[in-house]
Amino acid sequence: MITLKLNGQDHPLDVTEDMPLLWAIRDVAGYNGTKFGCGMGLCGACTIHIDGAPARSCITPIGSVVGQNVTTIDNLHADPVGQIVQQAWLDTAVAQCGYCQGGQIMSATALLKTNPNPSDEQIEEAMVGNICRCGTYNRIKTAIRQASTHLKEAKA
Amino acid sequence: MSRLPNDFALSNLSRRGFLKGVGATGALVLAASWGWQDALAEDKPKQFGADGMPNGWIDDPKVYVSIAADGTVTVVCNRSEMGQGVRTSLTMVVADELEADWAHVKVQQAPGDEVRFGNQDTDGSRSMRHWYEPMRRCGAAARTMLEQAAAAQWKVPVGECRAQLHKVIHTPSGRELGYGELAAAASALTVPARDSLRLKQPSEFRYIGKEGTKAIDGADIVNGRAVYGADVHFDGMLFAVIARPAVYGGKVKSVDDSAALKVPGVLKVIQIEPRPLPSEFQPLGGVAVVASNTWAALKGREALKIEWDDGPNATYDSVAYRKEIEAASLKPGKVVRNTGDIDKAIGSAASTLEASYYLPHLAQAPMEPMVAIARYKDGTCEAWAPSQAPQVTRERIAERLGLPFDNVTFNVTLLGGGFGRKSKPDFVVEAAVLAKEFPGKAVRVQWTREDDIHNSYFHTVSAEYLKAGVGKDGLPSAWLHRTVAPSITALFAPGMNHEAAFELGMGFTNMAYAIPNVRLENPEATVHTRVGWYRSVSNIPHGFAIQSFVDELAHKAKEDPLKYQIKLLGPDRQIDPRTLSEEWNYGESPERYPIDTGRMRTVLETAAKAAGWGRQLPKGRGLGLAVHYSFVTYVAAVIEVEVKDDGTLIVHKADIAVDCGPQINPERIRSQFEGACVMGLGNAVWGEISFKDGKVQQDNFHMYEVARMSLAPKEVAVHLVTPPGEVPLGGVGEPGVPPIAPALCNAIFAATGQRIRNLPVRYQLQGWQKAQA
Repeated sequence: MITLKLNGQDHPLDVTEDMPLLWAIRDVAGYNGTKFGCGMGLCGACTIHIDGAPARSCITPIGSVVGQNVTTIDNLHADPVGQIVQQAWLDTAVAQCGYCQGGQIMSATALLKTNPNPSDEQIEEAMVGNICRCGTYNRIKTAIRQASTHLKEAKA
Repeated sequence: MSRLPNDFALSNLSRRGFLKGVGATGALVLAASWGWQDALAEDKPKQFGADGMPNGWIDDPKVYVSIAADGTVTVVCNRSEMGQGVRTSLTMVVADELEADWAHVKVQQAPGDEVRFGNQDTDGSRSMRHWYEPMRRCGAAARTMLEQAAAAQWKVPVGECRAQLHKVIHTPSGRELGYGELAAAASALTVPARDSLRLKQPSEFRYIGKEGTKAIDGADIVNGRAVYGADVHFDGMLFAVIARPAVYGGKVKSVDDSAALKVPGVLKVIQIEPRPLPSEFQPLGGVAVVASNTWAALKGREALKIEWDDGPNATYDSVAYRKEIEAASLKPGKVVRNTGDIDKAIGSAASTLEASYYLPHLAQAPMEPMVAIARYKDGTCEAWAPSQAPQVTRERIAERLGLPFDNVTFNVTLLGGGFGRKSKPDFVVEAAVLAKEFPGKAVRVQWTREDDIHNSYFHTVSAEYLKAGVGKDGLPSAWLHRTVAPSITALFAPGMNHEAAFELGMGFTNMAYAIPNVRLENPEATVHTRVGWYRSVSNIPHGFAIQSFVDELAHKAKEDPLKYQIKLLGPDRQIDPRTLSEEWNYGESPERYPIDTGRMRTVLETAAKAAGWGRQLPKGRGLGLAVHYSFVTYVAAVIEVEVKDDGTLIVHKADIAVDCGPQINPERIRSQFEGACVMGLGNAVWGEISFKDGKVQQDNFHMYEVARMSLAPKEVAVHLVTPPGEVPLGGVGEPGVPPIAPALCNAIFAATGQRIRNLPVRYQLQGWQKAQA
């Protein structure tokens, strides 16, 4: 039994230590927002936050995060920065199929938390690991710029 | 999910039974919708558009619209949502004619049931063009019934009652009744006759053609609440992964599952039988590991020891195959269009130009890998999956499990991308087969990305050869084009070595340039893997070859490519596709959908103007142009590219001009063309699936690379062109892809002088400056 601190709650899970967080979160803890895309950390659909930092849950064994706070897209609305990013995504009508967008939003939120005013190059650098097969990258950039503006306004 | 009356299912089976008698194993359902019905039903008058689709269309508001006592309007969406926005756009159409307030409108996804809902195959860029009119009538009929119900309650003539924004108003007295208050009475009324309906004038539209309607699933998506295939969860559910043959047609010789069964959580190992080739939409077979969670199933699969018999396709090798189809492209083949006398014209031409182009296989690789859930109990099966073809899925499950059609229920989830891969229900049938082994339990089959890339239904591979006889004016008097590519129809029957009419009709036989002597040929190509629909399908190779070659001709003539294109199009005219030997025409009527060279010219000029065509650019930068007509929509693209010293590309801008006829949801149209541009760039720059010893050589996104943010244009602008006069709707989902690769490669040529004739571009530009010097 491993206790996972997930979305602000302790979840005792009957899993082996080597199980990737992705499957523990989805199959066992029952949060569905985190998506499986590649299983090798190549596409970013499974991006979560571990103590606020972005991580690929498909290649992170659950045993390695005991005691750390894991946040998924399912609970991002509780995060003020996350909320602003989600709103920017809606205002920009970013999503097409939407499958990768949870991961995109998690990566974007992590970027804006460490760098509230990223340049276009910094946005690309932070987001290049997140694949969107529908090709929504231009709107993702627009949404991140909008969220950045709103963050500044919120602070002012 | 409610079960249907038996007669519905029986009438359905008999229709499909007809197909079964004719050809390959009753496997022609999707094929029929793509144009095979012409060969099967010669005695029937040809039907077009939605009329020509299996199970046609339905416009009954009692099927599609319900209104609750609180006024909530629920619209059923019969098409699958995969990012094109169809759940929003079709609902907008109903809501508009219904005079509904968008704030009180919901959408409900239809299960697979075409007798009730009409055709549900979400493919061919035709959801809006086939369903716009039936959905308008649904909305208008429901609106009329609400007005009638109000008139009856007030005991006034219905002509004095007018529906407006979720209520009916009695105009003379100003009395009002809300839709919720009228719903019960209205639903008891007879649906008004089709020809009695008053459809709105465009000036009255509230949502159709307007900006600002938010995507109906938007909030669920950004909160992680949207339900895709793998998000369907049942208590006590079992999780399976399958080891499939790596070679098409391979079989299990022996399997040792002792180590797999020792993995904690693994419950059972089950062998799945393949269908004899061709495999159609049935599973490839293999060995399934069923476990209590996905991770245990994956570890169990790793522990399997399987010996395979690779079968007849074990020698499929992309290097050798390329030589084979390139050689075939240099020899005469089956003539599919012949105008004038090309030999004579080439013989007397001032000069000639020839070029060969090659495009490899691609995999759709939607972000959501294949996944399906099924539950079997007491001779019934219910399944859930992200599917573009719900009816076909239901049929295949029934066939495979030997169940009556109406004992199978199929529910459609959101699709995490489709691009044609999810038109094939092999993965859902796998779940149904496994579920039968565990009666009463839900079983989920999860494909990994490796499974997806190894066992896709691949985009075709093709060799394209072109030769032109060029006059003193620089224009071609003769045009010879050969296309050699394995056909999708080989999925359904053996010996299908030529492209079908629906493949040739994608930008090949319907080539519309004003050239007096034209011969188009399709030499044979054998098929060694599953070839299937991939967004834009055969338009990708045909469009790339033709638009690259036209650019080469312009360069040879020392002409500006835009001016050359317009000369080559000739005077504005409407061409009956049948005069080009094109009978397919995307299933649409040739009278209603002629090929309009004026609309082609307009999109070219629009894209060129927006891009500042003709302006001077620094060294290493270039503008490239391409135009392509597909899915009865006209699209031109201008791409501005920079080729760095090391050969890497920066796409600075893409200007896409689109004439898709009337625009129902302009915002979603723009998003589709933005996305198609990015996907087209990925196809062109990185996309390649290759085979060796019959096996796909790529495993995951590090080997099968797709467009990332770094390849996306720094700026992309979609320019929606207002069509001239009254024209019907065109397609949106697919026509954005074909012009992108040639526009990019034409831009690369403008920037570097290096012509890219073989895709992907990948590292071909390394050292371009040396080559130039």
